[in-house]
Amino acid sequence: MRLARLKDIAAKVRSKNAGPFWLTVDIFCGSSEAFAAVQQRLDTAKAAHLFGAEPQLMKRFEMPDLNVIKLSLPRPEIQGAPADRDMHGASWAALLAEMEV
Amino acid sequence: MVKVLVPSGALGLNYDKQALARGIAARPDIIAIDGGSTDSGPSYLGRGVSKYARSSTKIEWAGLMEARAQASCPLLIGTAGTCGTDSAVDWMLDITREIAAEQGRPVKIAVLRSSQDAKEMAEAFDQGRISPLPNAPEIDAGTFASCTNIVALAGVEQITAALATGADIVIAGRTTDTAIIAALPLREGCHAGGAWHGAKIGECGALCATNPQSGVILIDFDAEGFTVTPLADGAQATPHTVSAHMLYENSDPFILHEPGGHLDVTQARYAALDARSVRVTGSEWVPSDRYTVKLEGARGAGFQTVVMALIRDPHYVAHAEEWADDIIQKCSAKVRDRLGADPDDFTIEIRIIGKTASFGTLETNHDLPPEVGAIGIVTAKTEALSQEVGKLLNPYLLHHPLTVEEEVPTFAFLFSPPEMYRGQTYEFVLNHVLQLDDPMDAFSLEVHEVG
Repeated sequence: MRLARLKDIAAKVRSKNAGPFWLTVDIFCGSSEAFAAVQQRLDTAKAAHLFGAEPQLMKRFEMPDLNVIKLSLPRPEIQGAPADRDMHGASWAALLAEMEV
Repeated sequence: MVKVLVPSGALGLNYDKQALARGIAARPDIIAIDGGSTDSGPSYLGRGVSKYARSSTKIEWAGLMEARAQASCPLLIGTAGTCGTDSAVDWMLDITREIAAEQGRPVKIAVLRSSQDAKEMAEAFDQGRISPLPNAPEIDAGTFASCTNIVALAGVEQITAALATGADIVIAGRTTDTAIIAALPLREGCHAGGAWHGAKIGECGALCATNPQSGVILIDFDAEGFTVTPLADGAQATPHTVSAHMLYENSDPFILHEPGGHLDVTQARYAALDARSVRVTGSEWVPSDRYTVKLEGARGAGFQTVVMALIRDPHYVAHAEEWADDIIQKCSAKVRDRLGADPDDFTIEIRIIGKTASFGTLETNHDLPPEVGAIGIVTAKTEALSQEVGKLLNPYLLHHPLTVEEEVPTFAFLFSPPEMYRGQTYEFVLNHVLQLDDPMDAFSLEVHEVG
């Protein structure tokens, strides 16, 4: 199987705070074919590694009705703490979108 | 049937006036709007202030007070002034008094307060009535005293008590985003799962529809569920836009925890009623054994000074991270040497904008840009130390060479002086719940007759 980046398959990847202590990433696949491809190719542990998170703390939800796969994880730094780089958790989506799947 | 008119996702974000007029014509039972959240960061809670301009807040609130008079129904704001502390509630009350006088219309205002006393919270902690939520920081009884502000998030019970005063306007401190919408439908006996689910869908206004910036939506609650209708021209709710909103800022798209229980939307059904409205049924409310409210707290996390330089020299762009690491090491040594400062009292960080500022060592894209920004961030225990370290950092960001052999370089400063003093920074320290015997135990209610 040829390696593609997630953004080549999914229509949109969005990340956002889910409160100050959690981060959530929504992968809008755009079609049932793309959903099936992402569902099969997206390795949760690899995504956790990408974010520097513990794989066992990563939550994954699959919503075929919406063609969405959602990943939630403890925020790498608490929102707004001195070490935090992204107040709204907005940029993390780009890291996942560019991941090879 | 209870109709809730939601003008926008937050007061200060503006709303479509024509759509609001349509909402008033639909004879709502209440107008409810959110005034804040934690999403803008810990500084607002830390300082107890609003993020939005007073001028914007006043103009938008005046429009809603006018709408309330026309609709002859209560107007309710939750999490007043971004953070919902007593100080933010007083700010909102002050604005409301001013508008009431200008509009020449007497109003009865109920004020619900959510700020918590640190000593009482420490006692509650010692009594085992405060427990951590997933990924909560470690705390002890002393943590509460270190906070500049602590608030508890009110649920529907406290909002219902405020509405029971018969007030024209309710100004609530920190509440859950959903409680301000769900309270009246629940009091009137609408379907509990539908009330909470509709409130979650509606809490960001028209974000659950197309044309999300238009703000205004109407939610009809009934015995089986709810119907959501965006009111601006061209805005449509579809089963997809509505169900997709459960993803938004939620770590779990099916479960939402609230004071007194949780919402489960696993079995919810979304159906298009017409081109713009969606009907939702099948949501379930699951009451809990204990009644808990979530706590938020922020405390000072040091004083910051920021110094920024632009680097355009390709050699330095390519080696910016090692250049920055060398500066941090040398400048930290100089701070200890010249100021005798304790290493625990300050940190110096340099983030390279254009390469690794977003993700640090986690970055996977290593393409070289034409230029980078080097943002030096000094965080120190005192204001004086922060400013002094900022000045010690200045010459490094201007002239530091990668190796001793090379000619002394000069980088671009944007301003004179280049040091930008940011004052005190804050951090969130609580992700906990407080158990209450009576929902009003941690909250207070007062009524003001104005005008």
